[in-house]
Amino acid sequence: MSISRRQFLGWLGAAGTAGAGAAVGKKAHAAASKRFEGYPDSDGVLFDSTRCIGCRKCEEGCQKVNELPEPDRPFDDLTVLEIKRRTRAGVYTVVNKYDTGENGKGTVFRKIQCNHCLEPACASACFVAAFTKTPTGAVTYDESVCVGCRYCMIACPFEIPTYEYDQPLTPKIEKCTMCYPRITQGLLPGCVEICPVEALSFGKRKDLLREARDRIQKHPKRYVDHIYGEKEMGGTNWLYLSGVEFEKMGMREDLGTTSAPELTHGALSIVPMVVGLWPVLLTGVYAINKRKEKINREEKERAVAEALGKANAEAQAKLSQTMEKAENDKKTEIDTAVKKALEEAAKKESDDKETS
Amino acid sequence: MSDTTAHVGSPRYSAFNVIAGIILALGLVVTVLRFSGGLSSVTNLDDYNPWGIWIGFDLMVGVALAAGGYVTSAAVYIFGMKKFHSAVRPAVLTGFLGYTLVVIALHYDVGRPWRLPYPFIMQQGTTSLLFEVAACVALYLTVLFLEFSPAALEWLGLERARNWAVKLTLVLTIFGVILSTLHQSSLGALFLIAPSKLHPLWYSPFIPLYFFVSSVIAGLSMVICESSMSYKYFKDKMDDTHMKEKESVTLGFGKAASLVLAGYFVIKVIGIASDNNWSLLATGYGAWYLVELLGFVALPCFLYAVGVREKNITLIKWTAAWTVLGIVVNRLNVSWIAFNYHLPSSERYFPHIAEIVISIFLVTVGILIFRYIVTRMPILYEDPDYPQH
Ligand code: SF4
Ligand code: SF4
Ligand code: SF4
Repeated sequence: MSISRRQFLGWLGAAGTAGAGAAVGKKAHAAASKRFEGYPDSDGVLFDSTRCIGCRKCEEGCQKVNELPEPDRPFDDLTVLEIKRRTRAGVYTVVNKYDTGENGKGTVFRKIQCNHCLEPACASACFVAAFTKTPTGAVTYDESVCVGCRYCMIACPFEIPTYEYDQPLTPKIEKCTMCYPRITQGLLPGCVEICPVEALSFGKRKDLLREARDRIQKHPKRYVDHIYGEKEMGGTNWLYLSGVEFEKMGMREDLGTTSAPELTHGALSIVPMVVGLWPVLLTGVYAINKRKEKINREEKERAVAEALGKANAEAQAKLSQTMEKAENDKKTEIDTAVKKALEEAAKKESDDKETS
Repeated sequence: MSDTTAHVGSPRYSAFNVIAGIILALGLVVTVLRFSGGLSSVTNLDDYNPWGIWIGFDLMVGVALAAGGYVTSAAVYIFGMKKFHSAVRPAVLTGFLGYTLVVIALHYDVGRPWRLPYPFIMQQGTTSLLFEVAACVALYLTVLFLEFSPAALEWLGLERARNWAVKLTLVLTIFGVILSTLHQSSLGALFLIAPSKLHPLWYSPFIPLYFFVSSVIAGLSMVICESSMSYKYFKDKMDDTHMKEKESVTLGFGKAASLVLAGYFVIKVIGIASDNNWSLLATGYGAWYLVELLGFVALPCFLYAVGVREKNITLIKWTAAWTVLGIVVNRLNVSWIAFNYHLPSSERYFPHIAEIVISIFLVTVGILIFRYIVTRMPILYEDPDYPQH
C-alpha cells in the first residue's frame, strides 16, 4: 500500500475535525494529519550546477540505460543547448543552458528530470494509483493500469511527465524513474554514472542534504544559500545547488512548501460530510414539505367542510323561513277566505231578512 | 430557422438537417483520424498543455450545463415546488444526454478509453479528486438514466416497470443531489493541486464551492433556455399543463438564478479579499477577471431581478442565455485561459480545428437525440395513460 493511500484514510479520520473549515485550504491544514517526511533512508541525487559543464553526457547515459529512442541530434552536438528544451516522450532528461549575466557566473547549465517528490503530486493525482513512491525514493509508474487521462501532467509542479501523443491506442506517460531497476541492484543511475565532473552525486537523501550544506558553508561565495528540493512542494529526493538564483535557471521559486496531498485533502475530506449530511438534510426538507402539504390539505378540507356546513345551515334557515312564510301566507289566505265567507254569510242573512 | 411549429423531416428543418449532416460527416472523419493517428494528429495538445477543450469545454462546461437535472428534480420533489413539475422531464433528459456526451467525449480524450472503468475495477486512486469525479459521474449517469426511464417506459408501454421506476423518484433525487454536489465541486477541486499553474485570481481554496454554486446557476439558466427553445421548436408537442407552467417556470427559475448569482458574486469577492488579490485586478488578467465577475455574474444577477420584477419573459430568456455563456467563459478561464498563465505565449495552447469539430459534433449529436426523443416520448406532455407522473 502506498503511503498516500494511508494518508487518505488519515484525512478521512481528520475530516470530522476539519469540519466546516475544510473548504478553506489554509485553515484546514491545521486539522490535517502530520506531514509525511519521506522514507528515512531513501536515496536521492544532488545536482551541483556550479560543476556542470553542459556536456550532455547524462542525456546519453540516460538514453542508453533506459533503451530510449536515438536522439534527433547526436549527444555531442552542443548547439541544441541554444534552444530551451523539456522532457518529452522518449526523453527522460535534458540539459538546458541559461545566460544569467550575473557577477562573473555567466552561463550556467541545469539538468531537468523528475524530482522524485517526497509526496508526489503525480501519484496523488492519479485516479488509478499508477505511480508509486518506493522506499528507495524513486517514483515509479505502472503503464499497465494507466488510462491516459494526463491529470498527472496537470498536477506535477515541475512539468515533468510526458505523454505519447502520437500513439492512437496505447499511449503511456513517460518520466525518469531514478533508474529504479538499477538502484535496486546496487547500480548507479545512468546519468550519475556517466557524468565526467561529478556534477551529480547519488546517495541517501539525508547524507546529500548534509553534503550540500557543507558545500555551501565551505564556499559561501560560490553558492546561493538555498538547497532547492529540500522543502519545495513538501521536498524532493532530487536536490539542487546553484551559484545563481534558481529562478535564473528557470526553476520556480514560488512553489511554496505545501505538498500536493495537503493542497487537496480539504476538498477530499468534504466527501464524507456531503455523503453524511445531505441525505439527512434533504430528507428533512422533504418531510417538512410533505407535512406542510398535509397541513395545507387538511386545512383546505376543513375549510371546505366548514363552508359546506355554513351553506347547509343557511339553506336550512332559508327553507324554514320560506316554510314559515308559506304557512303565514296560507294562514292569511285561510283567514281571508273565512272572513270572506263569514262576510258573505252575513250579507246573505241580511238580504234574506230584507226580502222576507 | 423558423419559429413556427415544425415536424421532423418537414422542409422547415431542412437547413438544420443539412448543416447537421455536414457536422456529423466531419465529426466522423476526425473520429477516424483520432483513433488511427493519435491525439497529435487532431489536437494541439502537448506536454505543457495536457488538457484542451475536450476537457475544458466538453467535460467542464458539459457537466455544469447538465446540472438542470438535479436542480429541477430537487426543487420539485424535495422542496415541493409542484408548479414546476412539467419542467422536470425535459431537464432530466437534457442532463442525461449531457452526461452521456461528456462520457463519449472522454473516450476521445483519454489514451485508452476501454480502461475508463479501471479506477473502479483495477486500482482505486482514492487520493485523487479525479477519482471522485469519475465515481460520481459514473453513478450519476446511472441515476439520470433511471430518472429518465419512466418516459421511455411509458413510450414502450411497459406499465409495470414504469410504475416501479416512478417509485424510486425520491431516492433517486436525493442520490442525484449528493452525487452532483460532489462531482460539480470536485471538478473545480481538480485544480487545487496546481496552485503554481492556475492564475491566482482563479485559483482559490474556495474553487470547489465556486464550481458547485455556479453549477446551480447553470442548471437554472439552462432550464429556462431549454424551455424557450422547446417552445419555439416543439410547441406542438407541449400539453396544456406544460404551456401553463412554462411562464411560472421561467419566472421562478429566473428569480432563483438571480438570488444564487448574488450569493456567487459575494463569495467570489470574499475569495479575492481572503487571498488579498486586489492588486492583481489592475493587470491584464485582472481586467479579464472583472469582465467575468461584472459582466457575467453581476450583470445577469441584475437583469434577472429586473426581468422577474417586471415579468419580462423575453428579458429573462436572454439573460439565461447570457448566463450560460458566462458559465462557458468561467470554465474555459479555469481550464485554459488562466491555466499555464506563467508560460510564454509560444508554449500556450490554442485548440486545433479538429478539436473544435469534435466538440460541435457532440453538441449536434445531443440536439439530434433530444429531438428524436421529445418528438416521440412523453417529455413535453403527460402521457394520457399515466397522469401525474
Ligand atoms: S517531479 Fe513531477 S513527476 Fe516527478 S515525482 Fe514529482 S510530481 Fe511526480
Ligand atoms: S495519465 Fe495515467 S498515470 Fe497519469 S494520472 Fe492518468 S491514469 Fe494516472
Ligand atoms: S553529464 Fe554531468 S556535466 Fe554533463 S551535462 Fe550532465 S550533469 Fe552536466
